[in-house]
Amino acid sequence: MTDAASEGRSLLGLEGMARPALEQLLARAAAWKRSLEGGTVKPVLEGRFVANMFFEDSTRTRSSFEMAAKLLGAEVLNWTARGSSTSKGETFLDTVRNVAALGVSAMVIRHTESGCAQLAARAVAVPVVNAGDGSHEHPSQGLLDAFTLLERWGRLDGRTVVICGDVLHSRVARSNLFALKALGARVVLCAPPTLMPPGFDALCDTCHALDEVVADVDAVMLLRVQLERMSEAFFPSAGEYARRFGLTAARAARMKPDALVLHPGPINRGVELSPEVADGPRSLVLQQVANGIPVRMAILERACA
Amino acid sequence: MSGTVLFRGGRLLDPLHGVDGVRDVLVQDGRVSAVGAFLEAPAGAEIVDASGLWVVPGLVDLHVHLREPGEEGKETILTGSRAAVAGGFTTVVAMPNTKPVNDAPGVTAFVLQRAREAGLCRVLPAGAITRGLKGEELTDFGSLQAAGCVCLTDDGRPVMSAGIMRRALQWSSQFGLPVMVHEEDLTLSAGGVMTEGLRASRLGLRGIPPSAEVAMVARDLVLLEEVRGSRLHVAHVSCEASVRLIREARRRGLAVTAEVAPHHFSLTDAAVEGYETHARMNPPLRLDRDVAALREGLADGTLDAVATDHAPHGVLDKQVEFSRSMNGVVGLETALPLTLALVGQGVLPLLRAVEVLTAGPARCFGLQAGHLGVGAAADVTLLDPDERWTVDAAAFESKSRNTPFQGMEMTGRVVQTWVEGRRVFARTRKGRLE
Repeated sequence: MTDAASEGRSLLGLEGMARPALEQLLARAAAWKRSLEGGTVKPVLEGRFVANMFFEDSTRTRSSFEMAAKLLGAEVLNWTARGSSTSKGETFLDTVRNVAALGVSAMVIRHTESGCAQLAARAVAVPVVNAGDGSHEHPSQGLLDAFTLLERWGRLDGRTVVICGDVLHSRVARSNLFALKALGARVVLCAPPTLMPPGFDALCDTCHALDEVVADVDAVMLLRVQLERMSEAFFPSAGEYARRFGLTAARAARMKPDALVLHPGPINRGVELSPEVADGPRSLVLQQVANGIPVRMAILERACA
Repeated sequence: MSGTVLFRGGRLLDPLHGVDGVRDVLVQDGRVSAVGAFLEAPAGAEIVDASGLWVVPGLVDLHVHLREPGEEGKETILTGSRAAVAGGFTTVVAMPNTKPVNDAPGVTAFVLQRAREAGLCRVLPAGAITRGLKGEELTDFGSLQAAGCVCLTDDGRPVMSAGIMRRALQWSSQFGLPVMVHEEDLTLSAGGVMTEGLRASRLGLRGIPPSAEVAMVARDLVLLEEVRGSRLHVAHVSCEASVRLIREARRRGLAVTAEVAPHHFSLTDAAVEGYETHARMNPPLRLDRDVAALREGLADGTLDAVATDHAPHGVLDKQVEFSRSMNGVVGLETALPLTLALVGQGVLPLLRAVEVLTAGPARCFGLQAGHLGVGAAADVTLLDPDERWTVDAAAFESKSRNTPFQGMEMTGRVVQTWVEGRRVFARTRKGRLE
């Protein structure tokens, strides 16, 4: 990183982040949530600019970061790949350097390619918040998922969470794996052999059928399956996938009585998650979205500190 | 041609003749005329004091990308030749994936013309197996050989069609030309950017499984066995299982030779950590067990040669998103110390380490190079085996800077390089002296 001071303020990924650092961020998120509920949010970032740089389409993450920044009093510069100089052939690093030169306090970067948050953070002194880079990490999502489970359980120690779906291509799965493990939970990855990241069995338990674990876990986190993966033969059909890895009503009925269901969205209803379960009492899907705001407020507060 | 030169008092390491000892080497008219202890200097001879230095045959690199014609911003035959002689290489084989591709005698002639103009080392062209490297139609092997090509390869790309590959082996057998193969099943590597495994999974980068290489090695060994009289040379072997297959084929007497790149026996995929684009190449850096197998293959003779796969790229090809960066690293100016390091680590005896850079590669392609017997071309490299130096890419003779070894400490450095009895490189305090 070019600026040592920004190192502790950037959020590039959750891998390697120690439990106290995670807990500190989550405690700030909890404080912001209380302020939001009490209507007592202080605009601590008034007069600051946050750049929202989305080199990959996103609506919910971009909106969530934008709301978080604005609630803190910051101005938001929205920079999208389309309609910007990126589409005129400017390199990613040039764009990042130019936005840094504008004098923003933090950059929130979403990119299609793994490693781009690190690439940007090496190039500029401004703190970088990774809003999802390729198949690598999506740390704000990992934090908000941990936050949502902590709200329910108080502690993650002794709990088992299965992350099910296209783990291979999922940055959400990676960030959750690292965060939930660091916070004391046991994580099981469930994916077809074609979509399980090679070597991850060294990090946690893995399995190839949701039925093997669904009755024993405290939460099931489904991942969005991208139907275009069929073209590369990662799975033969949505039906074949859903029969083994979809959380159907029948499978959900086998879960522990108080076990929970999460999904980072957007949901392919009827593929990885049946509508009854998505809208049912176990589902935390909308709480996840709501919790995204205070978690991202904590992340931006730390970045701009 | 040149006059008379006496290399005096150096430790001669000439693996082909099993020589390791203090010898004088006398050169007349570009050829070695005598080798022995305490040779008399003929009148008028230039005397090169080699005491304290190692005298080795000029190094031979079977695998370099000199980028000319077409990508002169990355390297030219002149700058690549400078990098070669600075690294101790006096013979390099230039890959045909230029723009235009060297798939016709006119391009071969151009490369040779440029090499003559550079006048530093021998640049031997490799011709393409298929027109435009498309893997579809064979080039005119006989015409390419007549124009000066020493082997055939589509390097950078595999010959995906087994049928075309079989015909290439058959057609090449008429000319005794080795067919050098870049082994990669594109349906298995499929967009991968580093070796498959835990690290790629953690970094969220698509992996290239070993099978992408190994399955093609297996295929081509099966084809080789069917096609009598053909010769196969496997480029940049990177996987443990490939070494095993080649070893077994050699044992059964198949005409297969193989090379390994210094980065593949020196580094693992750990070098990619932090999305280091200078550690991106194809085949990718592999795992510890592969590195161990490659070293064992060099030691037991399964792998004949160290070849650099010198692949210059510009800064803009590397200072980008990892998945969008170009494959390849420069290697000519670091290969010698990286190979000698294997001696210090107990992997190779010293003469074997020199052999895999000289007589070993020369034998693969039947080149008149790589030894210093009487009558041989006087291609000589003098090196200081004890000099410690730190890799500084900015000081490279190559036009490009893409090395994964930046900042690393090396032991052993080229002091002078001679081609046909003519000094083409001498290192001074300030660097090159021509």
